[in-house]
Amino acid sequence: MTESEISIRVSGVTKTFGEGASAFHALSDVSVDIRKNEFFTLLGPSGCGKTTLLRLIAGFDHPTSGRIELDGEDISQLAPFQRPVNTVFQSYALFPHMTVAQNIGFGLEMLDRPKAEVAATVAQMLSLVRMEALADRRTDQISGGQQQRVALARALAPHPKVLLLDEPLSALDYKLRKDMQIELKRLQSETGITFVFVTHDQEEALTMSDRIAVMNQGTILQIGSPREIYDRPEQRFVADFIGDSNFLEAELLTGGASGRLRLGSGHEIEASVPEGMTAPRRVSVSIRPEHAALTSGAEDAALTGTLKEIVYFGTDTHYHVALGSGGSFIVRRQNSRGVTETLEPGAAVGISLGPRSVQVLRD
Amino acid sequence: MHAPKPSVDASHPAPAPARTGALNLADEARKREVRTSWLLSAPALLVLVTAASGPLLIVLVYSFLAAGDYGGVVWSLSGEGWFKVFLSRDIFDDTVGIADAHLTIFWRSVRLSMLTTLICIALGFPTAWFIATRSRESRNVWLFLITIPFWTNLLIRTFAIMEVIRSEGIVNTVLMTAGVIERPIQMMYTDFAILLGMAYVYLPLMVLPLYAAMERLDFRLIEAAYDLYASRWRVLRRIVVPLVKPGLIAGSILVFIPSLGAYVTPRVLGGGKNMMLGNLIELQFGQGRNWPLGAALSLTLLVIVMVALIFYVRIVQKEAASRE
Repeated sequence: MTESEISIRVSGVTKTFGEGASAFHALSDVSVDIRKNEFFTLLGPSGCGKTTLLRLIAGFDHPTSGRIELDGEDISQLAPFQRPVNTVFQSYALFPHMTVAQNIGFGLEMLDRPKAEVAATVAQMLSLVRMEALADRRTDQISGGQQQRVALARALAPHPKVLLLDEPLSALDYKLRKDMQIELKRLQSETGITFVFVTHDQEEALTMSDRIAVMNQGTILQIGSPREIYDRPEQRFVADFIGDSNFLEAELLTGGASGRLRLGSGHEIEASVPEGMTAPRRVSVSIRPEHAALTSGAEDAALTGTLKEIVYFGTDTHYHVALGSGGSFIVRRQNSRGVTETLEPGAAVGISLGPRSVQVLRD
Repeated sequence: MHAPKPSVDASHPAPAPARTGALNLADEARKREVRTSWLLSAPALLVLVTAASGPLLIVLVYSFLAAGDYGGVVWSLSGEGWFKVFLSRDIFDDTVGIADAHLTIFWRSVRLSMLTTLICIALGFPTAWFIATRSRESRNVWLFLITIPFWTNLLIRTFAIMEVIRSEGIVNTVLMTAGVIERPIQMMYTDFAILLGMAYVYLPLMVLPLYAAMERLDFRLIEAAYDLYASRWRVLRRIVVPLVKPGLIAGSILVFIPSLGAYVTPRVLGGGKNMMLGNLIELQFGQGRNWPLGAALSLTLLVIVMVALIFYVRIVQKEAASRE
């Protein structure tokens, strides 16, 4: 990534609220580079610091230490109205005393753009979010989904360099949320603006993002594409927070990008290892339930155990296995018509692991 | 194909005989509710009618009667009271001129009341903002402090102000001792003194409704406006003021109306020279011994207030209508 491709650079940012014993470290030494035209997601549970980081980029708060750059310029100490960055708020925060059109035009008006330009941009934004018919409505006369689209249009109208979105879809019902996810992706590719999206919904993050930063307790744990984050989680929290995971103890025999690993069952298997990890050592590994398969015999099985429970989910079936080496393991199998269930609880089963299905964790 | 269906629209009940019974019951219930609410409001209505409308009616009648020689009224119809509100007759040649003294007092009353309202807005707005942005517990403490002046008598508070600003008062003594001024500044018996007194007395009436409006303000809207390139001043003008306008209007009315009819403050701090409407009216019922003129002046005050209010409400409604 060259310098000119970076939109926002957060380097060594710490944010502390309060002082002394009651001080709360919302962010501890966070660094991240966000690329231009990227759909970048900050993903984490509530209280992980993702909204704090967003507010620092927007300028509502200032970092305790560290700096935030936009296109190479330090903006850490600028007021929100001095930054070419706009926010879509979780609560939408539409101005109740203005019409839909007046809301959308507010930013441009504050930038003292000529009236004709404001009107033209507002019209363009209204059609972009498909709200032309409701331009003169008051904001309390439109539905939640429509308010959401007005909030988007209002933040996009001044054509900011970066658009910040603070859990903008959380107030919408499931169907509408799905539609808005597609809508957001469309808006991002049509406008070419960098989107920084905050969410606690892992599915939302996986489907929409170019890259995801997984956060917990004021730090960024891992940054990567949705596929990297899902397939190669480097920490237990990441593997656990995103999707489901089986965790096992194992012995790392050799390091390197793909090292060798001995499982509790004694079986040896190839595994992907985080950069810079040395062998031999005891490690935890993560295995996704759908990356494992049940075999009826024990030969060529990586793990063996007893089938405890079969849970049918419609699209797939979960098999709960009590491992011979201790602990439990879940295998997920995609359902298809015409396949009848042959296994029954109590059966002795083997679990085979596909190539590159085992991920070694740092912690 | 499409036979007209029998209408079964619940919102427009057809006069079907089966329904009338239920309708009658509902009607009865509604009537009873109306009766109950009348009964409940009867005491208040009684007080309002007898204590407000009654005296007002008497004032209205008095304004059309002739003045008695030693005060009171003589029961004969006369327009003299109303005549003297705006006009005066020369004592020597009976030429009719405009009552300059009265007009001066009207104008001073309106001007000082408007200034008082403006001062209260200027002082009350930041105060209310300060309180509204405190933590929930300390807000109550601040509100409590705001109401403390109400605990003492208005007259006492006014005399206290006099003690501060009179020639031998605190301000002048301190300034002279410090050598800032050589002789006392004349503050008593000026419009400034009246303004100071009225602003002090009526300030809480501005702060409280303003605070109530600001407390309901969604502060995220202010962040949103900042985010959309509005400077602090523009956030105030475009977001805060429009949203707290109901409080601003209520506060203005609560300050303007009693200021216009103020009696004690201009009497004590303004002296005999800087009269306001309240003092002029009192004069007619006292030394002036012209009750009809006093009554007519009282009603003039009422009309000024009403005109001001209608004017105010019109502006607000127009503002609201433009939002639709």
